[in-house]
Amino acid sequence: MSATPMSATPMLSSESGLSRRSFLRVSATAAGGLIVALYFDFPVHAQATQPKTYPPDAFVHIQRDGKIVIQVNRLEFGQGVQTSLPMILADEMDADWAHVVAELAPAGDVYKDPVFGIQMVGGSGSIAHSFEQYRELGAKVRAMLVAAAAQQWKVPGAQCRTEASVVYGPDGRSARYGELADDAAHLPVPENVPLKKASEFKLIGKDTRRLDSRPKCDGSMKFGLDLDLPGMKVAVVAHPPIFGGTPKSIDDKAARAVPGVMDVFEIPTISRGTAVVVVADKFWTAKQARDRLSIDWDFSRVEPPDTEQLRAKYKELAATPGNVAVSRGDLGVLDGVSAANRFEAEYEFPYLAHTPMEPLNTTIRFDGDHAEVWAGSQFQTIDQMAIAQTLGLKPEQVTFHTEMAGGGFGRRATPDSHVQREAAAVAKRCKGIPVKLIWTREDDVQGGYYRPMFAHRIEIGIGADGMPLAWRHVIVGQSLVAGTPFASMLIKNGVDETAVEGAVDNPYEIPNFTVTAHHPTPNVPVLWWRSVGHTHTAFVMETLIDELASRAKTDPIAYRRKLLKRDQTRLRGVLDLMDEKSASWRNHLAEGHAAGVACHESFGTNVACAVDVSIENHRPKIHRVTVALDCGIAVNPLTIESQFQAGTSFGVSQLMAKGAITFKNGYAQQNNFDGYTPPYISDAPVAVEVHIVPSTEKPSGCGEPPVPVISPAVVNALFRLTGKRYRTLPMLSL
Amino acid sequence: MQTYKLTVNGQTREVSVDPGTPLLWVLREDLKMTGTKYGCGISACGACTVHLAGVATRSCVVPVSLVGDRPIVTIEGIGEDRVGRAVQDAWVSEDVVQCGYCQSGQIMSAVALLKSRQKPSDEDIEESMGGNICRCGTYVRIRKAIKTAAQQLA
Amino acid sequence: MVPSGRAFRGSSAVLIVIACLAWSTSLSHAQGASQKPASTTSEAGLAAWQQVYSVLTHPRCINCHTATNHPEQGDDRHRHLFNVVRGPEGKGVPGLNCATCHQSANADSTGVPGAHNWHLAPLSMKWQDTSDNILSSKALCQSLTDRSKNGSLDGPAILHHHQQEPLVLWAFQPGRRRDGTARSLPPLTHEEFVSATKTWIDAGTPCPQNP
Repeated sequence: MSATPMSATPMLSSESGLSRRSFLRVSATAAGGLIVALYFDFPVHAQATQPKTYPPDAFVHIQRDGKIVIQVNRLEFGQGVQTSLPMILADEMDADWAHVVAELAPAGDVYKDPVFGIQMVGGSGSIAHSFEQYRELGAKVRAMLVAAAAQQWKVPGAQCRTEASVVYGPDGRSARYGELADDAAHLPVPENVPLKKASEFKLIGKDTRRLDSRPKCDGSMKFGLDLDLPGMKVAVVAHPPIFGGTPKSIDDKAARAVPGVMDVFEIPTISRGTAVVVVADKFWTAKQARDRLSIDWDFSRVEPPDTEQLRAKYKELAATPGNVAVSRGDLGVLDGVSAANRFEAEYEFPYLAHTPMEPLNTTIRFDGDHAEVWAGSQFQTIDQMAIAQTLGLKPEQVTFHTEMAGGGFGRRATPDSHVQREAAAVAKRCKGIPVKLIWTREDDVQGGYYRPMFAHRIEIGIGADGMPLAWRHVIVGQSLVAGTPFASMLIKNGVDETAVEGAVDNPYEIPNFTVTAHHPTPNVPVLWWRSVGHTHTAFVMETLIDELASRAKTDPIAYRRKLLKRDQTRLRGVLDLMDEKSASWRNHLAEGHAAGVACHESFGTNVACAVDVSIENHRPKIHRVTVALDCGIAVNPLTIESQFQAGTSFGVSQLMAKGAITFKNGYAQQNNFDGYTPPYISDAPVAVEVHIVPSTEKPSGCGEPPVPVISPAVVNALFRLTGKRYRTLPMLSL
Repeated sequence: MQTYKLTVNGQTREVSVDPGTPLLWVLREDLKMTGTKYGCGISACGACTVHLAGVATRSCVVPVSLVGDRPIVTIEGIGEDRVGRAVQDAWVSEDVVQCGYCQSGQIMSAVALLKSRQKPSDEDIEESMGGNICRCGTYVRIRKAIKTAAQQLA
Repeated sequence: MVPSGRAFRGSSAVLIVIACLAWSTSLSHAQGASQKPASTTSEAGLAAWQQVYSVLTHPRCINCHTATNHPEQGDDRHRHLFNVVRGPEGKGVPGLNCATCHQSANADSTGVPGAHNWHLAPLSMKWQDTSDNILSSKALCQSLTDRSKNGSLDGPAILHHHQQEPLVLWAFQPGRRRDGTARSLPPLTHEEFVSATKTWIDAGTPCPQNP
């Protein structure tokens, strides 16, 4: 569902490595039953894992009562993998879905992403990378259960069939999976098993309700923040209000006087500064005490960020070429285009906070030679290593439980594990006591790790046919990965691919084309935000294409069809489907309404959308959205629909009047939802219809691809209402 | 520290806390009822919504000292109520949740709406649910589930 | 407190006496400024009205006398956050009532103001136009004294409202903001406000000729 470092290019091992380098391990458990684990031995790019040891973890546990517990190798934070991945496995296994239970796997090498080599959620890779893995697991378990039954009945396995957790023999005999599990656990794991044909899928492709709905509706679901351990304490942190600051002096008398306060002390923060921690019996106590701390901060060694200064600087940089990300044809052509057929456009995008609904938190109990961690993390193995490092342990001495998380959108995928390092520093001091470190919403909004600010400057020369002939594009914004372990993979020729993705690889036929990039380094920590570079590149590309269509007096859909590269068959397909499904309402818009369209591919998924917009209270009112998408095989269409219905709302964040984090003299000017406001129900689209292109292609993700298309489509519609182009976000007033 | 007697989901519970402690944290930390969520602490997101004497209330801004003898119903208890159960069922059948963190509050607001409007219009839904943030953005299905629940209750 | 409040304080005791004496004769004067009671000059009444006006137009009061579908907040009178709406009875809508946050007293630990029966004044008692511009002294005065708009309040009833209505009393004890600082107060103390109201009513609720 959220952003990753690996979004820009396909990289690391190909999935064909899976059969070559993976193996199944089988063990019987004390409780009885079959446990199967698929282990991988990939060269790990982002994280060293020597010496490699495998914990006794597993993917499938068939209990004697028939219950099938499936381990999900990903964080569940809304995107639905806790349902979709078990569906894939259960389908190949012919399991009775009613008996499937899903669990979030702890950190472990075995649960690393088969492509990325770390345990993570991001890059919309959960289904894309684990589809084959989970199918294979399911097929092998099924084969072992069949073999166990065949052995018992002394019949050839080939004559047995399976359905809904039952093996049927040729003579009408049958055995439930739960009855066969113990025997199956002692059989060898088959090397190669046939996988189902798409026509044989029973669960894959079928609308399937989420497994985690009921507990999320009756208050019984436990998120990381809900954890309660005996003797647990709560830590709240006073971070330097300008990144990198350190306390000159601390007066903690009033804080320590708050009943329930246990300790007040300093810890390092990852952004070079020093923070002050209050540990107390309860959250409210800790927060009261923190508010009573009187800290004189030293900012003498830090550069105070200032939005207005940065805007000016970025604008200046955008007027000069940066490092080349892509260059084709001859940009000299641009100078030959007459002034009437040339135009320039400057765009500005602000810092954006992720603000997942569940504030950031991590609980750690450190016992000297072992630590136990509970966290809703998108980067389990990276966080595990950071905690181990902070505590002077080896990663295998850190047990890391994956907790259900209340959203993330990239915010729980931090290469520097800054929250976990803070929590570990606190746990180290509070040895033997479990401590839950909680970032308040204020900490979250002011705490950095934002989608970077960006400026784009584009010069376009239009050909005689009304199509872009030459396109010079400069992108200015911080690198997400500079200084992280991901830098070597994602920074090429001085260009961070996550800053230019969606522009460099845009789907349009533009003969003379360059994109260059500058990566300034203001003192603001930044991070991938759901759909990463596409958040701004799709906005720029899709609004400019719309502008070109207007200038050419051509229908924006027809213009895109004409301009799409010939090989963009899937994008063309979704554009056609969107056109077909939205034509009736686009041709009968109410008075004061206008339609806007956009299309974009990200993370392998092609999306087109049309929106019906009017202006209410000086804001865009989005009455209707029609989305068409192609994500290959649609594993759970009900979840895909949900991702697109809701992901378009998430995308509207960019258009909110209070949709920006800004700095003045170093201080963030927003500190909660009153100053930085995500879409409420009245800001979000009223209706979103989702149409999925039928496909037998490999599945691609659906977490991030809904986000990029919505905001350009909305402002394209607004242009039709106001005649204005909106190139500076957030739009303060219409 | 002061001792308060609270009626939560029909049960009398006693807590000794600082009078300024928001009801939210009394529920979560003293009574160990974590279904009610902390999202912002400033009544901006609605994740902490409970019913106080039937009124949907942001428990994050109500100090326990101001609760008085008003009965409290939380997400853990709303299923005992006919409307509450219908809303929870509709949320499941419409597959509303994603991360689910805001949904306790969404459901509590929706129940308050349906208790006074049997057949809420789109505008009613937009206004009554107007203060609950879902960061995942599940609003389209929230609208649908409220209508489904209304039909079930009709 | 602004200086004008202090200046007014000196004469208030005298005015209260005058107001009490004139009480019985001022009952029917809420309709307009033309009738002059014997005991208080129109000039004094108009001066008192300006004092009353300075309180009524203070954010603590006027933020809930809007002409729109929503209340206002803060000294900058911004639109109430979180999509709070007026609702049919000025108390919000089910699920998002005033009482969703505002309790019977100020919640200083969380910064949410409160008083008994927190609600918006009805639209007939709006003291702003739909663009959130505050009505002129004349227009507000006329609106306040128009019994078809003011809830049928006559002079004593207006005074009573200013003396005892919990939401009026709240304006003079508005509690603390989320950051712990005190909310700003109207330019008069409550006593001064009541006294000025009495003087104005005693003078026959005169309204200024000019806006």
